[in-house]
Amino acid sequence: MKFKESKSIYLQIADRICDEILQGQYREGERIPSVREYATTVEVNANTVVRSFDYLQTQEIIYNKRGLGYFVSQGGRERILELRKEVFLRDELPEFFRQLKNLGISIKEVETMYQNYLKE
Amino acid sequence: MNTKMIDVAGLSFSYGRKKSKVLDNFSMSLEKGSVYGLLGKNGTGKSTLLYLMAGLLRPQAGRVLYKGADITKRSPSSLQDMFLVPEEFALPNVSLKQYVKLNAPFYPHFSHELLNACLRDFDMNEDIHLGELSMGQKKKAFMCFALATNTSLLMMDEPSNGLDIPSKSQFRKVIASGMTDEKSVIISTHQVRDIDSLLDHVLIMDGTQLLLNQSVASICERLYFAEQGMNEPTHDALYVQPSLQGNSVILPNTYHEDSKLNLEVLFNATLAERVKIQQMFNL
Repeated sequence: MKFKESKSIYLQIADRICDEILQGQYREGERIPSVREYATTVEVNANTVVRSFDYLQTQEIIYNKRGLGYFVSQGGRERILELRKEVFLRDELPEFFRQLKNLGISIKEVETMYQNYLKE
Repeated sequence: MNTKMIDVAGLSFSYGRKKSKVLDNFSMSLEKGSVYGLLGKNGTGKSTLLYLMAGLLRPQAGRVLYKGADITKRSPSSLQDMFLVPEEFALPNVSLKQYVKLNAPFYPHFSHELLNACLRDFDMNEDIHLGELSMGQKKKAFMCFALATNTSLLMMDEPSNGLDIPSKSQFRKVIASGMTDEKSVIISTHQVRDIDSLLDHVLIMDGTQLLLNQSVASICERLYFAEQGMNEPTHDALYVQPSLQGNSVILPNTYHEDSKLNLEVLFNATLAERVKIQQMFNL
């Protein structure tokens, strides 16, 4: 796995697990790989993966069954989409607006492009 | 519960009486269940420290306790529980099977399954002959043996030197999969990019002393690593290093945000701004 320069690794791994859940690799109620298995796949320290799992657990995307491992929560997919929407609106959209303003692009222009995009 | 694995206290060492000291009143301790990265410029005593910890050299002052036992006694119970992979080594001109047959009995937890799994990961098999291998292959074979000994402490001096591109990734997989709460690995290296995601603890040494001994978690709690564009201000930064897009900077982590540890920048910062960085850890 190639890590981005600035985002902490544990969050990048959490993102990756979310992507895999969205892609249907692990369905709701299904077990995800163990900490050790995941650490091996992405070549990181197991403690980092523990942090990723903890994070996903507090976000109620996965849950722990004692001695059995971690499972995708019911409604986990929806939770991921909600979270991503939140992050997009909070962190990425303002940057997008800033660029529109700097480059003098009107929201009308963007709207036409978006409509065309949806048709494709 | 005692989680301490090795305890180094007041260690001094020089190669010969009149030579300058490599280590001077050097102290540190390592815990169980961690992967330590040992960083330092050339000639600052990283390998010497590993040899002292393995009982291969004797300190002129101070002591090394391995699980409470003095390592200079070289008692079998200590030596069978640790393994050192030096940067350079010679292997006898025998088959791997013969080598294992001769050497595995010294390590009571030796695992043949682990050996085979590791060889497989590195695209090798147990039918190799140690006399017919290239430098990189020798290194891989010896590392497989080292991991298979299943000792609590594994010390590796520049393990990724001489490994080809796919093997570096395999090396990380092998270490990541081999870790347990009872084992510790200490990796001395200059190739920080080869190992930075594996570490959970960073040791930086310079000029006979240990400058930094912190867990990655505590480093990222106190320091914020960022890539900034050319025109972003850097006056708050503890350390600034030019990069492709502008600057790599280390800031105090005032807003308690998570960032990715940049080992190279941390290393340069610790050497250049030693006091500033150490103050962040209240040392």
